[in-house]
Amino acid sequence: MVIPNKPLRFILVALVACLPVISFANSEKDAVHTQTEVAHEAAPEGHHAEPTDIKSKIKGFIGHHVLDSHDFTVTQDDETGKYYGFPLPVIIWDNGLQIFSSSKFNHGHAVAESNGNFYAINHHDGKIYKTDATGEIKEDEKTGHPTNVRPIDFSITRTVVAIFSAAILMFLLFSSLAKSYAKNGGIASGVGRIFEPLVVYIRDEVAIPNIGEKHYRKYMSYLLTIFFFVLFLNILGLTPLGINATGNLTITFALALVTFLITNLSANKNYWGHIFWMPGVPKPMRIILAPIELLGVFIKPFSLMIRLYANIFAGHIVLMSIIGLMFIFKSWIGSSLSFGLSFVLSILEILVAFLQAYIFTMLSALYFGSAVEEHHHEEAHH
Amino acid sequence: MDKLINQFEFGLFFWQILIFVGLIFLLKKFAWKPILDAVNDREQGIKDALLSAESARQEMQNLQADNLRILNEARAERDAMLKEAREMKEKMIADSKNEAQAQGQKMIEQAKAAIESEKNAAMAELKLQVSTLSLSIAEKLLKEELSNKESQTRLVEKMLGDVKLN
Repeated sequence: MVIPNKPLRFILVALVACLPVISFANSEKDAVHTQTEVAHEAAPEGHHAEPTDIKSKIKGFIGHHVLDSHDFTVTQDDETGKYYGFPLPVIIWDNGLQIFSSSKFNHGHAVAESNGNFYAINHHDGKIYKTDATGEIKEDEKTGHPTNVRPIDFSITRTVVAIFSAAILMFLLFSSLAKSYAKNGGIASGVGRIFEPLVVYIRDEVAIPNIGEKHYRKYMSYLLTIFFFVLFLNILGLTPLGINATGNLTITFALALVTFLITNLSANKNYWGHIFWMPGVPKPMRIILAPIELLGVFIKPFSLMIRLYANIFAGHIVLMSIIGLMFIFKSWIGSSLSFGLSFVLSILEILVAFLQAYIFTMLSALYFGSAVEEHHHEEAHH
Repeated sequence: MDKLINQFEFGLFFWQILIFVGLIFLLKKFAWKPILDAVNDREQGIKDALLSAESARQEMQNLQADNLRILNEARAERDAMLKEAREMKEKMIADSKNEAQAQGQKMIEQAKAAIESEKNAAMAELKLQVSTLSLSIAEKLLKEELSNKESQTRLVEKMLGDVKLN
C-alpha cells in the first residue's frame, strides 16, 4: 500500500519514529505492566479468568473483536459490567432445533439450557460447546482444543447480522437506483446515483477488458454483487460498530467458492484443454504441466480467500492495536500521536477497503475471462 | 493453519451462501439488469445524438455550399444579363444610327434624284423655251430679214443679248 502523497508519508514516518521515544518515557509504567502480566500468566489458568491489566484487556478485546460473536455488543463498561448492545438468536442443531436467545449465555458467563441440554461459550474461540450443567469445557492436554462436542451452530451471529444488513442495504440502494431511471427519463437520481459511476467502472474497466465484449454480460450480475458486497462489508467493518465480516475466513471462503464454481461450471473446452493437455508444449511436458495446472485451479480461489481475509483481518488488528496504544500511553503526547497514527491508518484502511473489493472483483473477472477464452487468444495468454 | 481451519464455521457459511446467492439473483432481477439496460440505453442515446448532430452539421455545410453555389450562379447570370443588355443597347444604338444614316442617305439620294429630275425638267423646259425662243427668234429674224437687213441683224444681236442675260 503506497500513499502517493509525500507529506502524508513523511508525517506517518515521523509518527512511527516518535512512538518509541514516548514509550521509553513511560518505562516505569511499562515495567509495572510487565510485572502484572507475568503475574497474570503465572496464575493458574481459570477458564473465565478475566484479564486485569490494561494490555491484556486490550488484547482480549481485539481478539474478540476480530472473531464472530453470538451477541451484538458495541461496547462494554468494565467497572459496572454493563454491555451496550443486544442479544441475537441462537439456533443449534443438536437432536432437533434448539432455538434460544443469546442473552441466556450472559456474554459467556453463564451456561444456557435448552430442552434439557446445556451449552456454554468457550472463552477462547467464542464458539458454543455442549457441556454439563456446570458448564465445564475440558481441554485436550496437547493441542489445547476443547474436547467437548460441538453442535452444528446455525446462530444468527454478529457476522450474519452484518452480511444480512449489507444485503438489505444493497438491495434498497440499487433497486431504488434502478427505479429512478424509469422515473427520471434514463437519468439516475437519489442516493443510488453515487454508485452509478462504480457500476459503469466495473463494466468498462473490469468486466469488458478481462472477459471480453462477447461474454461479459452473463457475469455482470455476479461481479457487481461481489464488488459492492465486499466493499460495503469492508466499510461496515471500519465503522465503530466493529463488525469484521470480510476479515472472517468463512465469509471469504464462501465468496471464493462461488467464484470457483462459476469459473469451472461456465468454462469451455479450451479452458480444460489448457489445463489437461496444454497446446504448444512438448508432449512429456504436458503430462507434468497437467497436475500443476489442475492445482492452479484450486490455488486461484484459495488466494482470493486468503488475500481478502488477511488484508482486512490484519487491518483490524493493527488499527485496534494503535487505538489501544492510546489507553496504554496515558500521556498527552503519546496518546495524541497514537490518535494521529490511527487516523491516518483509518484513511489507509478505507483505501484498502476499496482496493480489496476491486482486486477480488478484478481477479474473479480474470478467472472468468480465462474460462470463456476463445481458441485464438491462446498464444497471447501463455 | 490449524487456527485458520478452526475459524471455519459451518453455520456462518450456510447463512453467507444463502444470503449471498439470494442477493445475486434478487439484485440481478431488480437492480443490475434495469441499471445496465438504462445505462446502455443512455449511452446509445448519447451516441445517436452525437451522430445526428454531426450529420446535421454536415447537412448544414452542404446547404451552405449549395447556397453559395446558387448565389454565384445568380451573380453570373446577372452579369450575363447585364452584358447582354449592354450589347443590345449598343447594337440598338448602332442599328438606329445605321438606319438613320441609311435613311439620310436615302433621303439625300431621293433629294438628289428629285434635284436631278427637276434639273432635267428644268433643262427640258429650258430646252423647250430655248427652242421656242430660237424658233420665235428665227421666225422674227426671218420676218425681219425679209423686211430690213440691218434691223434684222440688230434684232438678232439684241435678242442674243437678251438670251445671255437670262
